[in-house]
Amino acid sequence: MADSDIKALTENLPPPDFENTAFTTPPPLANATVAVVTTASLHHPDQDDFDPGDTTYRVLDGTRRDYVLGHWSPNFDDTGYAYDMNTVIPLDRLDELAARGVIGAVSDHHMAYAGNQFDLSTIKMDSGPAGAKWLRDQGVDIVLLTPV
Amino acid sequence: MSTLAHVFEAAGMATIALGSIRKQIESAAPPRGLWCDFPLGRPLGKPGDPEFQHRVLDAAFALLDSPEPLVTEFDESIPDDGEEMLACPLPPRHDPDAHPAIDEARGLRTAYDRGLEMSNGRIAAGRVVQADDIPAAIEAFIRIADGTPWDEAGIPGLPMRVSQDIRGYYETAALAMVDHAPPAWAGTRWFLDATETGKVLLAARKEMERQEAPQPMWFYLTPGDR
Repeated sequence: MADSDIKALTENLPPPDFENTAFTTPPPLANATVAVVTTASLHHPDQDDFDPGDTTYRVLDGTRRDYVLGHWSPNFDDTGYAYDMNTVIPLDRLDELAARGVIGAVSDHHMAYAGNQFDLSTIKMDSGPAGAKWLRDQGVDIVLLTPV
Repeated sequence: MSTLAHVFEAAGMATIALGSIRKQIESAAPPRGLWCDFPLGRPLGKPGDPEFQHRVLDAAFALLDSPEPLVTEFDESIPDDGEEMLACPLPPRHDPDAHPAIDEARGLRTAYDRGLEMSNGRIAAGRVVQADDIPAAIEAFIRIADGTPWDEAGIPGLPMRVSQDIRGYYETAALAMVDHAPPAWAGTRWFLDATETGKVLLAARKEMERQEAPQPMWFYLTPGDR
């Protein structure tokens, strides 16, 4: 079993179809509020887990550190995340960057979706825009997207 | 994930997508993408290595300087040789009347509880099967491996989620038995290739395929290349 073999199983999946690539110019990084959005199906223990095919999102409280990995696929290493959450959701590193003034602030809230979806239309048209609006309304300027 | 990059960017936020699979991130063409040739599940590369993680973040944030969409690559790869396996001691036989996998799972409980505390439960059992019920879940797969029809074996939930909890139970226990960040996939290889329960799961998967169970029911019990 090798990582390259697993990657080969999915590397030719069809890409999302967007006519144009949206492009937003952010404020200077030192003034920007940064959030993490992950497709690792992270959730707090008191939130609903993600079912396979779940296209909804969970809001993650940045002051907590109890993020359970809910992603149903067996096709990734999960011990790196178990050992150090920053392997997937690098909030400690962002806190350090904020303390050094490299970024303006770390958002109080972050977000998780379930990756490995075969039907992306709901995320593209419904839950994606809804989650984006929610984060934008919290004052987020820059989003770091992490997979598993 | 690149779908979210397009959607969030359109909502007025600048995005940077980290990607582990080169073809995927290049074909999806997010507004800003950084291909990191790291093992799947480790988008920041190295657990327990803040300096390395900062290097990845620095490269990611540097993409914000581009005046137009850009997908580029991180300057260091983390290879996986496909063979490294954790060296975790397995408990000695305690109950000679129990199936070796059941005896083994029970014997790992102390290590699991310790690993649970160390990892804050991040990959622990409990999504559909609580730790106390892991031996019973393993028994269902033993029955399948012995020829019981898969849908009569008493799997306590969706098979892929049950196997995920069993794997999480073992890998959480493994964390307590090593004193370093585990290399990618080394914990999974240990579970599948060195433990009795791993052998049961692989045998049950093969038997479910033979029984012509729906493909998702058996395929996702283990990583796809197994």
